Amino acid sequence: MTAVPLWVRRPAGERVGWLRTVDHKEIGVLYIGMGVAFFALGGVEALLLRAQLASPEASLVDPETFNQAFTVHGVTMILLAVVPLLVGFANYMVPLMIGAPDVAFPRLNALSFWLSLVGGIVLYFSFLAGGAPDTGWFSYAPLAERAFAPGTGVDYYILGLAVNGAGTIIGAINLAVTILLMRCPGMAISRVPLFVWMTLVTSVLILGAYPALTAALVMLFVDRQLGGHFFDPTGGGQAVLWQHLFWFFGHPEVYIMVLPAMGMISEVIPVFSRKPIFGYAFVAASSVAIAFLSFGVWAHHMFAVGLGDTENAIFSATSMLIAIPTGVKIFNWIATMIGGRLRMTSAMLFAVGFIAMFVIGGLSGVALAVVPIDLAVTDSYFVVAHLHYVLFGGTMLGIFAGAYYWFPKMTGRLLNEGLGRWHFWLTFAGFNLTFLPQHWLGAAGMPRRVFTYAASTGWGPLNLISTIGAAILAIAMVVFFVNLLRSLRSGEIAGDDPWDGFTLEWSTTSPPPPENFASIPAVTGRRPLWDRKHPEARDKP
Amino acid sequence: MSAAVADARSPKISHNPNLLGVVIFIASESIFFLAIVLAYVAYRDAGLATARANLDVVRTAIFSIALFASSGTMAMAASARSGAWLAATMILGAVFLTGQAAEYARLLAEGIGPGSALFGTTFFTLTGLHGLHVLAGLVALAALFAANLGRGRAVRAVAWEAVGLYWHFVDAVWVVVFSVVYLGTLL
Repeated sequence: MTAVPLWVRRPAGERVGWLRTVDHKEIGVLYIGMGVAFFALGGVEALLLRAQLASPEASLVDPETFNQAFTVHGVTMILLAVVPLLVGFANYMVPLMIGAPDVAFPRLNALSFWLSLVGGIVLYFSFLAGGAPDTGWFSYAPLAERAFAPGTGVDYYILGLAVNGAGTIIGAINLAVTILLMRCPGMAISRVPLFVWMTLVTSVLILGAYPALTAALVMLFVDRQLGGHFFDPTGGGQAVLWQHLFWFFGHPEVYIMVLPAMGMISEVIPVFSRKPIFGYAFVAASSVAIAFLSFGVWAHHMFAVGLGDTENAIFSATSMLIAIPTGVKIFNWIATMIGGRLRMTSAMLFAVGFIAMFVIGGLSGVALAVVPIDLAVTDSYFVVAHLHYVLFGGTMLGIFAGAYYWFPKMTGRLLNEGLGRWHFWLTFAGFNLTFLPQHWLGAAGMPRRVFTYAASTGWGPLNLISTIGAAILAIAMVVFFVNLLRSLRSGEIAGDDPWDGFTLEWSTTSPPPPENFASIPAVTGRRPLWDRKHPEARDKP
Repeated sequence: MSAAVADARSPKISHNPNLLGVVIFIASESIFFLAIVLAYVAYRDAGLATARANLDVVRTAIFSIALFASSGTMAMAASARSGAWLAATMILGAVFLTGQAAEYARLLAEGIGPGSALFGTTFFTLTGLHGLHVLAGLVALAALFAANLGRGRAVRAVAWEAVGLYWHFVDAVWVVVFSVVYLGTLL
């Protein structure tokens, strides 16, 4: 067993320690560590919810605990698990992929991470300080006002999300400037890897969306702490203002979570198909289109509010439009695989799984964009099923694909492929078993966020199946964690370029040295490393 | 020598990471203020009578001129890298904040606060958040002033440009806030 330096290949005696590192790779690992930890916490909360719902009229947990669990589960998974995981991979990989020695502002990068983490800790501190927020992840007013949520949970929600959001905004500024100004010679914006493109678009989305959340949080703070009336109907305020502001953030947030994962599989699929991506420009441009449209669809979360038929029709139309650029990407990935020499590694399995599951989530999304359908199933388990197909079936599978793909670059060791297969198939089975039945439950009328249900509803069997699926999903995650820990210690040595990769991160050592590259690379195409390895088959400049 | 000459030229936003970062930050801040301004506008009618009865447009206009003028002094400070102009900018900014504090004291004494009615909620939130941004700008100006005293020409040109951009932004936000909140009472 050869000792391999983890995360960064530093000369002996030059380690700086996690607390004061400003290296983008180590900060990336910190972000990923944060994401993994909160993913585990959010997963435990989800298991608690599923255990309570496994049978009708159960009382495993009390209703108050249940409300806190689904609220914190949502906030955790979205803001403290998925976003840090994606930002972490972007932090580690973007400078490597564009041939830069670091991000534009290394110290600011550390600040972003620590703010994000402290925001998460503040939210979880609420459990010790008299109870977590219990108003749902989107914390609708007036429920979230002091009159109806008198505890301190919502206050910790406000503070935690504001601090976490500040970290995310600063991180987005850093990534955007890095991508715009730090590319190596020859790395035109039309040549950067698609993961970099998606990170750039995501940064723009963060910069446009998060400030609306911060503004809404400030207003809620004024209402709760200074006696304000922004969302207080008895004082002339309008609760619907919260919904507008929240979803102006909330819907772009979905694409903030999905686009980087799409970027990951846009790296994985070409490499394991031995072909360049089909329609690079379309993948990039369709992301810009998605980003643009995503700021004009927020009220599809509010069809049942009663905004009026005209408003609903407009937001219905814009929501359906998003299916077009999204569909473009699906065809790009499939066309990349057609005629390729496929290598079905664990990374590739997860990438293909992403396509299949995301299509289901996308189709139920288009269905929900139809106002009458939405009115029939709004706030039901159908919506829960839809969003999990997008965010777990889509984003999380994409993140797993990225993890199997890049783990060897970050650690110098490969993840175990055998365990990877177990991880994939258990995840695939567990995920579908958990969430597919929820479509039927929602269509049958089971509301989301209910603590329990009567046996006479007949929802028991499908709920039991869903809970069994969740247990399988939990086992799959245990397999993954075992794989991570085992491979960190004793995984097969990867070498610099285990996948015969295309992009610059594979041209340096695994893990890379602190300065990333011995000399700043110069590139002439979209697959710089491929060109270097196969000069006879290089891409046309 | 050549490095010093290059440094003396004013850096371009499209090439300088620090300036580009500040510009992106300002763009993001604009969305934040846009949301707060929209909330004010959405509730304007409910608070209009209170606003007309209690806001002193002329007095605030005079203090606003101090803030608007401070953009001019900031531009002079940045182009000449002059500590004196910087001091003038800080004084004008402080005059503006003093005016705002006096107005707050008067309104609060009259029983109008963030919790009193919808006007107070929206007024204090919008102008208060702007005031906090002015305060942050004053801190940045003071830091630049101190650096200039200590290190003089060794302070990079980009520091002047970056602080200047932020200060102009805070000023521009007030153009919007003053128009919507104060001039809006005249309509």
